[in-house]
Amino acid sequence: MSTMREAFARTVTEAMETDPRLVVVLAEISRDVFPTTDRVINVGIREQAMVGVGAGLALSGLRPVVHSYAPFLVERPFEQVKLDFGHQDLGGVLVSVGASYDDPGWGRTHQAPGDVALIDTLPGWTVHVPGHPDEVVPLLRTALAAENRVYLRLSLRTNARAYPVAEGFTVVRKGRLGVVLAVGPMLDRVLEATEGVDVTVLYAATVRPFDGEGLRRAVRAADHADVLLVEPYLAGTSTHVVAEALADVPARVRSLGVQREAELHAYGTVEDHDAAHDLDVLGVAAAVRRMYDHGGQA
Amino acid sequence: MKLRTDKGFAALPALYARMAGDEKHDWAAASTLDVLWVLHDRVLDVSPDRVDDPGRDRFLLSKGHGPMAYYAVLAAKGFLDPSLLDTWTEWDSPLGLHPDRVLVPGVEIGSGSLGHGLPIAVGTALGLRLQGGTQRVVVLIGDGELDEGSNHEAIAVASRFGLDRLTVVVVDNRSGTHGWPGGIAARFAVEGWEATTVDGRDQDALHDALTIPHVGTPLVVVAEVR
Repeated sequence: MSTMREAFARTVTEAMETDPRLVVVLAEISRDVFPTTDRVINVGIREQAMVGVGAGLALSGLRPVVHSYAPFLVERPFEQVKLDFGHQDLGGVLVSVGASYDDPGWGRTHQAPGDVALIDTLPGWTVHVPGHPDEVVPLLRTALAAENRVYLRLSLRTNARAYPVAEGFTVVRKGRLGVVLAVGPMLDRVLEATEGVDVTVLYAATVRPFDGEGLRRAVRAADHADVLLVEPYLAGTSTHVVAEALADVPARVRSLGVQREAELHAYGTVEDHDAAHDLDVLGVAAAVRRMYDHGGQA
Repeated sequence: MKLRTDKGFAALPALYARMAGDEKHDWAAASTLDVLWVLHDRVLDVSPDRVDDPGRDRFLLSKGHGPMAYYAVLAAKGFLDPSLLDTWTEWDSPLGLHPDRVLVPGVEIGSGSLGHGLPIAVGTALGLRLQGGTQRVVVLIGDGELDEGSNHEAIAVASRFGLDRLTVVVVDNRSGTHGWPGGIAARFAVEGWEATTVDGRDQDALHDALTIPHVGTPLVVVAEVR
């Protein structure tokens, strides 16, 4: 199976053959997975220029795909993302790899659990968090053909199977005790952690726009408005949109994700980091028990 | 030609005063004034009826702070109804203390935060060239703005990519605290740019500098304003 990054490069390269608007901007990272053409622009290790150049390409009428490792795409040139794309009201597709801690041996400098939260401070961005390489392809094809601002967050973490890319959340399992919303690569761990627990499991590969109506529908169909949000990035990133979606429902909401309290200063494996953030199956299962272990009693 | 230019330029103080009041000192101090006028009057292929024409030249005001001279020039050239100048900084005015491209036809970028215009201009020049265009892309920055590292990323990239339709005008009124030993032009020249330094109040000198041939490499005009 190919990685999300390979699916990304292949999909963009194929689309470039028929869409003359497409142009890729890189800052060294991933330069070897794209063909050598004047429409693949490597600016060197210059991320502010990478984003600014991407916006300028959009200003000239092209559709830029700007790509780097997550901290160097979203965090380092964040003001360029905010102003050069957002404030100028230009479209573009930002594609990151590395996610929250895909390469933990590289330490904190290469971890970006805050990327989606940061993008979420800016209006008008669509945010995709695919859970499988096969989901990358349709999400990306739609993004490339559109005019809007898209952030596509790729990861080495994947679920065992892909789900059809849909407009709203996908109902993976139905239950009475409440609703668990699993984002992207968290789905497999959520399914294992909720094994034998009578809850609805929703799956989201797109978190902005947020399918509040889909969540409301699932909550209404259950006996309890108990919602567990499980995201692979900063804990609570989507809590405010969950709260907004359930504004007219007395609800209990808990959010799991990469914890905010302390910097770990630790290397190790992705499994080590999952465990440290309670994002392994054990951690998610413990949160599920705490949330839903009321035997179906109100 | 000369007569029309003089007449147009003479109309600017009154337009400017509709925003800033009748303060002659303020008007004279607008460091960007002559550059803006020469660009819009004699250099750029732009006009109010072609603000969406893909073939137009692009002018990016990166130094967006103190845009009254820019608004005055746009009004003098017919991009803005002069009556809009009276609404300056009001809630529903298109004109603020920093320009916003979404609000003003003919304004190519919104600016205010420094160091954004040049990288965007590099992308614009690249994009136009990829589409077979020969439009000029001119970006105006300040000497203080040049402190921002993003400019230096873009200066290197522009030259490596041989963007000979790109021109940077640096209005140098020595506003930076730490200055540029050896001069600003040298910072560009070392990267292979065609570089020249002129009196930023001398409109003919500005015109000559802005029309220097620069095949295969971008051009910087440092406009010194005291």
